[in-house]
Amino acid sequence: MAAEIYRAIADGILIGGVYALMAVGLTLIFGVLDIINIAQGVLVILGAYLSYSLSARLHLDLFLGLLITVPAMFVVGVVIHWAFIRRLRGRERTAMTLLVTYAVALIIEGILYEIYGASYRELNASYVTNSVHLLGFYLPYIYLYGFALAVVLVAGLYALLYRTRFGRSVRATMQDETAARLIGIDVNKVAAITFGIGVAVTATGGMMFGATSGGFNPNSGYDLISRLLAIIILGGMGSIGGALVAAVFMLTVESLVTIWSPDWSIIVFYAALIIVLVVRPTGFFGRAPVRAQ
Amino acid sequence: MRPDLPWFYRNRKLMTGAALAVSAVTLAACSSGSSSSATGGATSSTSAAANSSPILIGASLSLTGDFSTDGIAFQKGYELWESDVNAHGGILGRQVSLKILDDKSDPTQVQTNYQTLISGDHVDLLFGPFSSLLTTPSDSVAARAGYALVEGAGGTEAVFTNPANQTDKNVFDVSLPVKDYFKPFINWLTSLPASQRPKTAAYPMADDPFGSGPVQPVESQLAALGVKTVYSKVFPEEESAYKPQADQVAAAKPDLVMLGSTDVPTVQAFVQAFQQQRYNPKMFIAAGGPDQGAAFTSAVGKGNADGIMVPNGWYPGFQNAASQAMVQAYVAKYGGTASGVNADVAEAYAVGQVMADAVTATSGTDNAKIITYLHSGKTLQTVQGPVTFDSLGRNTAALAYTFQWQQNGTQFSQVLPSGSTGSVPIVAIKPNWSS
Repeated sequence: MAAEIYRAIADGILIGGVYALMAVGLTLIFGVLDIINIAQGVLVILGAYLSYSLSARLHLDLFLGLLITVPAMFVVGVVIHWAFIRRLRGRERTAMTLLVTYAVALIIEGILYEIYGASYRELNASYVTNSVHLLGFYLPYIYLYGFALAVVLVAGLYALLYRTRFGRSVRATMQDETAARLIGIDVNKVAAITFGIGVAVTATGGMMFGATSGGFNPNSGYDLISRLLAIIILGGMGSIGGALVAAVFMLTVESLVTIWSPDWSIIVFYAALIIVLVVRPTGFFGRAPVRAQ
Repeated sequence: MRPDLPWFYRNRKLMTGAALAVSAVTLAACSSGSSSSATGGATSSTSAAANSSPILIGASLSLTGDFSTDGIAFQKGYELWESDVNAHGGILGRQVSLKILDDKSDPTQVQTNYQTLISGDHVDLLFGPFSSLLTTPSDSVAARAGYALVEGAGGTEAVFTNPANQTDKNVFDVSLPVKDYFKPFINWLTSLPASQRPKTAAYPMADDPFGSGPVQPVESQLAALGVKTVYSKVFPEEESAYKPQADQVAAAKPDLVMLGSTDVPTVQAFVQAFQQQRYNPKMFIAAGGPDQGAAFTSAVGKGNADGIMVPNGWYPGFQNAASQAMVQAYVAKYGGTASGVNADVAEAYAVGQVMADAVTATSGTDNAKIITYLHSGKTLQTVQGPVTFDSLGRNTAALAYTFQWQQNGTQFSQVLPSGSTGSVPIVAIKPNWSS
């Protein structure tokens, strides 16, 4: 039994890394722009399809392909912000963004269906099926690389937000948009770039999802969004590191439950969210997430 | 003002937005619940002689969503039958016109679609959706309106024994009943000397009527043969659930893995995890997924498909003249190769054949007469072989086979029942993964 528990914990941590990569863009966008991006799940799938195209047609390595898909997704994010988000103003802005980003999700899904059809696609590479024998367990390289990528990405985003001039502009915008305008910050530009970064990092989550999920099609994103929202709420909405910790925590809990009763694992996933929020209503890192640091 | 709370908890707009987001997603995720209101409506009773307008047939299919691969294959099967039958003069001199709506693989949407087809489009006849999961709710709508629901992919017991069908007896599944899926495989294991049977078996099952339905009964049957169960669990059809399940199965190292899968991604996720855990079962049979031709081999890789088995009632090489003609027509219409034709295509095509026989025999589209005719015990011929319905619409004449990917995943072969026409020798021990 002890071996099963250790294996489940290892699975939870590694799968949690994949979910962190998918969730970190969502929490960044929320933290800066007060936008709950319902299109995040579909953007993950878009990232997976971009990796698929590069891998299947240009035979580009999945991780190497990120050098192309991340900038491409940044452009997609900026365009989405320019076309759909920046015009939203006023008291109902947050609620309106829910509808607008849902519309964006439908548009992207429709385009993906048109281009790729409904058949499932997969991302393959030698390290997807190979593993290293460590501490008595076979740990797949793809998950190890993905987890390392998640840690690097979170650290990179922290450095961007807290160690750069752009990061100061972002945080100033987060604290008080009007005041930021008064001191000369181009708030619209900051918002567009931040949205672009949030979508860009999702390309990494998309690649990892495509390589580990068993297959994806344009519709696969809708199964993801509720889980990603739960993760960023638990981590503390707007907290980048919180997304990583929450993803690992929730997927580990889910993985542990599968030892005894797999069909309860989904319920426990959301029950864990409720229990933690009862004890700590702000989530793991909600007290002073991005803005106050 | 609550100064101890962070900024976003003090911001009512944001909290409202967050609550709206979670609510919207939860609502979207919930698929049970509301049922369409009955509009009644008598079924049409149209004499062929009195009407030369096309026979309008309605169907709801999963063109998007989780079942879209199967749903689109079904659409091709229905449309292939439509074009074939129209090319041969239609039915009773009337052309056939299909109206297909997308149910997004959603059990609520499928009810809405059939209600729309019946009340809005006033279709003459109904063809079934894809999967048992969607057929059961569809039947409650069809039964209320008095329609026969002829279908090809709702073969679990839950479909036949649902209250609507027990009352109206209007469901007719032209395919192999799911409860009989593994019969040839069990018979084969029984025929083996005890020393050649698997010693241990694992039964991971997706939480779907098609996943657990055919696999659960097998466990006790194999236990009676001395095959020890080392793993038997039902898991949710969530991407994050596959790897932990597959890792547990791999750790138990069973000789036989009988996977209650509904689609290719589930099988692919297990294959991938088994490779990662460097575990190769001696026998690997899955309820669904490996029957999907090129969609399966391109997902798992041809080499990895080698030796994997799947039960079904049809395959592209099926020794049946009508089937061979259909496969040729399919390749001519849609391209690809014969071996890549999905079994869903034949299931859908057979639905059309059975309905055409019923309309011809009853000289019209009176659904009450069609239901009576289909329950008459008459044996009909389809591309999948013979069809005879019992009192609840099961096909009691259906042929049951086991198929296996062979020759490095390039050949999808009928292997069981051994000695049956078209069967080739089974590869008893699955080759190792290719990569």
